[in-house]
Amino acid sequence: MAAKKPNEKPDYGTTGHSWDGIEELNTPMPRWWLWTLYLCIIWGIGYVIAYPAWPMINGATPGLLGYSTRGEVAAEIARFDEANAPMEELLVATPLNEVEQLPELNGFAKNAGQAVYNTWCVQCHQSGGAGAQGYPVLVDNDWLWGGSIDEIYTTVNHGIRTEDDADARYSQMPAFGEFMSEEEIASLVSHVQIIAGQDGNAELAEAGAALFYDNCASCHGDEGKGDRFQGAPDLTDRIWLFGGDTAALTETITNARFGVMPSWSARGMSEADIRAVSLYVHQLGGGE
Amino acid sequence: MSDSQQAPSLYAAREPVFPKRVYGRFRNLKWLIMAVTLGIYYLTPWIRWDRGAELPDQAVLIDLASRRFYFFWIEIWPYEFYFVGGLLIMAGLGLFLFTSALGRVWCGYTCPQTVWVDLFILVERWIEGDRNARLRLHRQKKIDFRKLRLRLTKWLVWLLISVATGGAWVFYFTDAPKLAVDLFTFNANVVAYTTILVMTAMTFIFGGFMREQVCNYMCPWPRIQAAMMDTDTLTVAYRHWRGEPRGKAKKGVVAEGQGDCIDCMACVNVCPAGIDIREGQQMECITCALCIDACDEIMDKIGKPRGLIGYMALKDETSETSGIAPVSPWKHIFRLRTMIYTGLWSLIGVGLMFMLFIRSDIDISVSPVRSPVYITMSDGSIRNAYDIRLRNKHGEAHSFAMVARSDVPMQLEVEGEDYGTVTVPADELRTIRVYLTVPDASSAANSKVTDVRIWITDEANGDRAHADTVFNGRD
Repeated sequence: MAAKKPNEKPDYGTTGHSWDGIEELNTPMPRWWLWTLYLCIIWGIGYVIAYPAWPMINGATPGLLGYSTRGEVAAEIARFDEANAPMEELLVATPLNEVEQLPELNGFAKNAGQAVYNTWCVQCHQSGGAGAQGYPVLVDNDWLWGGSIDEIYTTVNHGIRTEDDADARYSQMPAFGEFMSEEEIASLVSHVQIIAGQDGNAELAEAGAALFYDNCASCHGDEGKGDRFQGAPDLTDRIWLFGGDTAALTETITNARFGVMPSWSARGMSEADIRAVSLYVHQLGGGE
Repeated sequence: MSDSQQAPSLYAAREPVFPKRVYGRFRNLKWLIMAVTLGIYYLTPWIRWDRGAELPDQAVLIDLASRRFYFFWIEIWPYEFYFVGGLLIMAGLGLFLFTSALGRVWCGYTCPQTVWVDLFILVERWIEGDRNARLRLHRQKKIDFRKLRLRLTKWLVWLLISVATGGAWVFYFTDAPKLAVDLFTFNANVVAYTTILVMTAMTFIFGGFMREQVCNYMCPWPRIQAAMMDTDTLTVAYRHWRGEPRGKAKKGVVAEGQGDCIDCMACVNVCPAGIDIREGQQMECITCALCIDACDEIMDKIGKPRGLIGYMALKDETSETSGIAPVSPWKHIFRLRTMIYTGLWSLIGVGLMFMLFIRSDIDISVSPVRSPVYITMSDGSIRNAYDIRLRNKHGEAHSFAMVARSDVPMQLEVEGEDYGTVTVPADELRTIRVYLTVPDASSAANSKVTDVRIWITDEANGDRAHADTVFNGRD
């Protein structure tokens, strides 16, 4: 390191700026710094050519390498799809009631099913299958259309009362308010409350029993135990999809209910996903 | 900066050190320690330990892929990492203890850098000769056949030791016999080769060429050690009141007023750090004690008492100078500071041993499923769902019977099982869903929270474990 004399002007001179005799030295940039800058510029030019760079009206210039972050995500998804493909093929090929005997396939199906459920089903049936008014609870032991793995699969596959699928489960309760008086409906409500084990007006219920036999028993059964073939709920248990109090029952009998579930095959869900989510729901706690 | 001044250069080229062969008790002790430590390092991965069919049979294994640490009969899971933490703290306290008692004894005897440098110097001496021969070879500018041959032979042997060192390292992380075959047939993982390459390069460069510079410039521990040492710490020192004024001894002449040091440079010639211990305690000294052996040998020859260079506490310098007998070394070693370190060390050790003995081979943890909080069944009974994790640390699959204990009777069911019995595969954690159900009229159905304890019983040996949770009813 060579020593410099103080106040001696170096040979690269000054900028010519001078304030009160103090001159500004025209010290050049260090060489390494300059070269780093030049290299960065060269690298920058190369980057602009190779990668998406300039914003245009319909997106950025594509770049010679054809790279895009969306493309990267798509490739990543494709990679996962490819990795999952053998398991999905196996899932489609295996009869549903045998899946639970195969731990690896069952684990895959449960995880895949959970992802499908949390994407498409959770909006109505709630997290963990907790259900809500009008949207059945999936974790209890009460099923409208059947709780075996095959019945659940059919429900998910074709839906309920949806127009998108000719194979959808279908049934419709009449709106009895159109041809019954309020008194008749009140007696029906009392009868239903009594067979459900609630406190009901026994006098009214007597008339209600006859009405029930004539109008309701064809679907709900003579004892009100329901009929899964028609999706008719069991009226004697403690579970009410739309509520079991007088007001809710009156509303149901007067105007009827018409719960709809989409047909997931018609909505384009893959066979493997439908099977996976059926298996997931079956193992949530209510499966038969 | 004035005209005439040059900026002082902060760089000093390394002075090569050529330690001379030395004989004596400390040298013998160091040979022994070298043999034991190197033996432990190279051979440990090859010790086998039977853990059953489904677990590795390597006695010491850090299985990163399955996240297990095996040490003979002990198996550590990631959640038990506090054992490793405890061992590290014990290692730290152990260093504090030894440093406060014996100075840089770790550096001088057991530090891998010291041990491998010692080994490399041994190889160097076998091939190139002792100090004077090596010095001559070093000063010889012309590279003739002999110098080339000696240098290449030495480097080759160093390299072989380095490869063995790097190679032994990876055996701690996977099954050693299988990896050894894979390594030689080029089927091993690229990580294994990279690790060996890095470890080999480090051993070769650190042991062969950098040597004492690693201790002086790279290692933080010698600098931290200063804080552990005090005036009672026993360190290697030159008794200057005995040795000075130094001077050459002439046979048969008793030099008046001359100290015991005959300035033979034996202590300097054997020093692997390249220092002169007679200048007092120095940063570079790793207290390897080889100068003690060298000086004792000379003292024996000239008929003077041993110990001109020896282990000494700084406190004794003043008393010895004025002719008072020094305090016994044991008094220096057993003092409050070292006892506190020993106490802390033992406390953690006993704690860890205790934890080791009370820990169970089976474990249960319960988390209630919160969505929904409770489920009404068709008959009005109330059900709660729980995600239960069962851990089986045995080398074979075990079955666990599960029951729920509470003030009110509860029915327990396991998802996918007909009975409340669950089989957990060997060395695994299994998550299952469990349901507890109470009838409509039960007090648990109608109160917000009921305490529940879930017990598991290992059907193979009757071991039990439990976890506490709550049952949520209608509030």
